[in-house]
Amino acid sequence: MKQALIIGGGLHGLSTALHLARRGGWRVRVLERRHVGRHSSGVNAGGVRRLGRDLREVGLSVIAAEMWDNLPRIVGDDGGFRPFGQIKLAESDADIAKLEARQAATHARGWTHEEMIDRDEVLRLLPAVSGHVRGAMIVRGDGSANPMRTVMAFRRAAQEAGVEIIEGIAVNGIGTTGSGTLVVETDRGPMQADRVANCAGAWASGLAAGIGEHIPTNAKASMMIVTERLPFFCLPTVGSAARALSFKQSEVGTVVIGGGHQGANDIATETSSQNLMNLAKAARIAAEIFPIVAGARIIRSWTGIEARTPDEVPVIGESGVMPGLFHSFGYSGHGFQLCPAAGAAVAELMAQGSTNMPVAELSPARFQQKAAA
Amino acid sequence: MIDLLILGAGPAGMAAAIEASRLGLSVQLLDENAAPGGQVHRNARADARGPGDIQAHAGAKLMAELAASGADCVYGATLWAIEPGPTAFYSVNGAARRVEAKRIILAPGATERALPIPGWTLPGVMGVGAAQTLLKSAGLVPQGEVWIAGQGPLLWLYAAQALAKGGRIAGILDMSDPGAWRRAVWRLPCALRKPRYLMLGLSWMRAVTKAVPVHCGRAIRALGTDRLEAIEIDGVRHAADTLLLHDGVVPNTQITRAIQGLRHEWNEAQRAFRPVLDEYGHTSVAGVMVAGDSGGIGGAWAAALSGRIAAIGAACDLGLFGVEQRDALAGPLMLQRGDELAPRGFLDTLYAPLPVPAAADTILCRCEEVTRGTIDNAAQLGCLGVNQLKAFTRAGMGACQGRTCHPLIHAAMAEARHAPAADMEAMRTRFPTKPLTIGELAALAE
Repeated sequence: MKQALIIGGGLHGLSTALHLARRGGWRVRVLERRHVGRHSSGVNAGGVRRLGRDLREVGLSVIAAEMWDNLPRIVGDDGGFRPFGQIKLAESDADIAKLEARQAATHARGWTHEEMIDRDEVLRLLPAVSGHVRGAMIVRGDGSANPMRTVMAFRRAAQEAGVEIIEGIAVNGIGTTGSGTLVVETDRGPMQADRVANCAGAWASGLAAGIGEHIPTNAKASMMIVTERLPFFCLPTVGSAARALSFKQSEVGTVVIGGGHQGANDIATETSSQNLMNLAKAARIAAEIFPIVAGARIIRSWTGIEARTPDEVPVIGESGVMPGLFHSFGYSGHGFQLCPAAGAAVAELMAQGSTNMPVAELSPARFQQKAAA
Repeated sequence: MIDLLILGAGPAGMAAAIEASRLGLSVQLLDENAAPGGQVHRNARADARGPGDIQAHAGAKLMAELAASGADCVYGATLWAIEPGPTAFYSVNGAARRVEAKRIILAPGATERALPIPGWTLPGVMGVGAAQTLLKSAGLVPQGEVWIAGQGPLLWLYAAQALAKGGRIAGILDMSDPGAWRRAVWRLPCALRKPRYLMLGLSWMRAVTKAVPVHCGRAIRALGTDRLEAIEIDGVRHAADTLLLHDGVVPNTQITRAIQGLRHEWNEAQRAFRPVLDEYGHTSVAGVMVAGDSGGIGGAWAAALSGRIAAIGAACDLGLFGVEQRDALAGPLMLQRGDELAPRGFLDTLYAPLPVPAAADTILCRCEEVTRGTIDNAAQLGCLGVNQLKAFTRAGMGACQGRTCHPLIHAAMAEARHAPAADMEAMRTRFPTKPLTIGELAALAE
């Protein structure tokens, strides 16, 4: 049996492990320093979104969307996925023009999931939205899911597929034996494998740097606010073309507000904390677009640490320095939706060295070329 | 920017404000209530007769000194966040404010340890602490068939106070361990360095046992469909309109646990987390200090002393005088504080927290209705600790942010994992640690 080690017990590590184990012939172990879903996987906003994605990752996102629709068949649970649409609001004529240009760009590539809607349709879908809204772009099959529930579903499915999840184990470095076998150095001693996946999120570029591979990322800690339960007034997940907002009402009635407003983070201590003035900006945008929430009480806010690449799309592909090592990180705050498809792609790369999944433009080689130039 | 922001106008916060003002610092004191005093000295000026009167006198004196101190006291103020700086965020009458201070002394006191007997979430069942608040602030004495169950000094103090105000108590179930005396007795000589505590406690118990039947045991259930109708003690049913529960108090660490990098430690004797503090009350985070019971349960007198000591420490930090003068000022207070803390070991042993009930259907997190069985099950599935438990069960994620359930689910998780409680990290809290509205927060961005 071939051996695989997956570094990082977040959603991407779990999904990669699950898909690799299901191929058969692989003993797969996930090495997680704290506990599964500790950072951004368990605490992200839960957006399941094709809408507005970078064109380099739309292809993967479209495959992922099909997998989300079939998630119960893949991991035995729907992860709380509610396909009530994702809407990006236009608050000005300039916003309308921006969204129309965007729609033309995706349609030109053959993707038709993004649809422009007028003000009446926006008001029909979002009766509580502020009257100043002019129109919107929508992807009707998008929606939102429950991150923790999704993490637990992938964890359970991976274990049922034979994956061994080891929590509380720290990886200090990656090396080779010289005969093609990889060695992962842990605080419990070295572990050998034929293939290794680096799914270590905000800590992944540090592992890459340890083998002399420069993949620049910085850490981000996007903040989220959750309110008390409110009467139901909003089914879709709502953003804005010009302003940083992600707004949704959960299945229990709480409102979750995000949008990439940044808190502070500390990679060394693995901690993040809120920046209250930035959080106030998120609250202000939310209250301007949905005046109904101004009186709602906030019961909690939180952050999670995530890696961001300079071009804001993930790194998926084989290491340029160490054959047999595959990177999957730098999802830059929008990796949740991609996880079922990205894991399948990385597992395929690990098992057979190639994949027909659309990840070529996400290869780590793009940074090596830059370094050479 | 002000020199010193103090949270909490209980004995620690009042004493800190008085001392710091006397030393020449500009001081702002915040408290959620409409008047100073905190829980122990709530309405102390009107309360200076009867059981607890020695404490009430001490509280009334602090209030008078506070009023004369020149400290800027803001009542009805709810602090909901602290950022490095330190910068504090609080709200008054629905308006959020931001204040920068050179030093912050947090003195939010203690919270009651929940006692999750079967049926404890029924309306009509509440904490002795909440009943004491009603008694002190509104003069509400218990009505109808009122039972009290649990253990600890506050239980007896409350019962004595309620009786003195004309209340009637149907019965008390003393749930303390009858064998605890044997374990505690060797700590008695130390406790007698400050005999006042034991004398007071014994006087409360005497007054109460003369007037109220006291049962001993642990087998108690609260019964009722929509609200409490009866209780059952050792299988015997008693009609009940109100059941008051108490199992001691724990440091209120909701705010300190939300501050990144602020270290906490497990106090095995009190079976609770407390912030790691030096003798002046400095935490591991620059500019943030803690005084009073929120740094470890010591009682009102020790709290007032630690408030003064922290103020002296803050004044020295801000350059008013050197460490030699600081130590000269604080030294005698530290000796007094040592005396006030002398009975603690005895009391902590005598009233060691009751075990978390083993029954699988016991609700431990009432906001999310998570039972002990659910937590045991999560541990079996590989859940490692209380922070991960949120993902497995949502325990601790409700409106109270773990304020009520944290000691319970922490203890249950440690038992389920067969791990020492000290090895099980505390649940992280996040700001805002008290609810505020979206509109209140949004107003800060304008």
